[in-house]
Amino acid sequence: MTTIDLAASYPVDDDDISRLHARLAAAADRDDVLDVAYRTVDSPVGSLLIAATPVGLVRLAFGSEGHDAVLQNLSDRISSRLLHAPARLDAVAHQLDEYFSGRRHSFDVPVDWQLSKGFRRTVLGHLAVDIDYGTTASYGTLARLSGSPKAVRAVGTTCATNPIPVVVPCHRVVRADGTLGGYRGGPAAKRALLDLEGIG
Amino acid sequence: MVAATRSNDGIKPPFDKVVVRHGATVLRVVRAVLGHADADDAWSDTFLAAMKAYPDLPADANLEAWLVTIAHRKAIDIIRATSRRAIPIPDAPDTPSQDHAAERHLELTEAVAALPTKQRQAVAYHYLAGLPYAEIATLLDSSAAAARRAAADGIATLRRTYSPNHVDASPQTESANDHN
Repeated sequence: MTTIDLAASYPVDDDDISRLHARLAAAADRDDVLDVAYRTVDSPVGSLLIAATPVGLVRLAFGSEGHDAVLQNLSDRISSRLLHAPARLDAVAHQLDEYFSGRRHSFDVPVDWQLSKGFRRTVLGHLAVDIDYGTTASYGTLARLSGSPKAVRAVGTTCATNPIPVVVPCHRVVRADGTLGGYRGGPAAKRALLDLEGIG
Repeated sequence: MVAATRSNDGIKPPFDKVVVRHGATVLRVVRAVLGHADADDAWSDTFLAAMKAYPDLPADANLEAWLVTIAHRKAIDIIRATSRRAIPIPDAPDTPSQDHAAERHLELTEAVAALPTKQRQAVAYHYLAGLPYAEIATLLDSSAAAARRAAADGIATLRRTYSPNHVDASPQTESANDHN
């Protein structure tokens, strides 16, 4: 009897899926249902995942955080309408590239702060504008800048859970004794970023 | 692949994972039901509609069956739109002439395209997407027994009209011999 293998007669290759996936991302964006777009970029501190809502950049994650876990978390906290859609992140990717090659000292991209509430949002807002490229500040200084000089521990937690590291430069916040302190991307990544900015 | 069909522990994956896990199956299904030319449009319509509805889908839903249901409707929309434009579509007679010599030399995909619509749908949904006949019956607005019969009739016709040993045998048709 003649055997029938239907699936083998309709071969689908990776190019088919890539082409259709890109078309879907464009259509979803056009129809305002692309709640979260993401892509990855290579950097001297490893592969970075960047994600944006229609408002702006909402998350930057190091490889050590596990990109699948980060995407699941974004899906749960923001929206499951989440796609790999590089176009929305072109400007961020370009500025990151300039930053890592030393040609950019500050980021100029829209930011969506929705993953940071209350005091944390205040702290990160100051961090984003008050501590310049190539300088550092202590956790206590940032607490003072944020209007709560005694909240040093809370500032530490905020920096450790910063959803948009690198762009919101928590790597510039160090301990008062000059040691580095913790970092979401690990101590080696913090050291690498400070070295890049010429901080010894 | 069975494990990927249902999301685990009621955790709903980001929609991107749904596209990656089920995109190929849905593309095969719409290629079988509609043919290659309209398949991309049907796939895109399906996943865009699915993405819009996804946040309201229960976390334990059978994603592939849900996607095939949407694909079925989108394919019908495209068939209707094509008919309205009065472009002739290859419409097979309900009973293919079994002794027509040329039919024995059809590629399998052409043989599928020549099936009556219900048989083509039943074959695609069962043999490409793995849907049980009870679910196919809902899609085709018939009974499970009728869906099973349509798929069986379709497969029987494919066996009659499709010959993997014809002179133009390509690697693709040879692989048809590796049927599980």
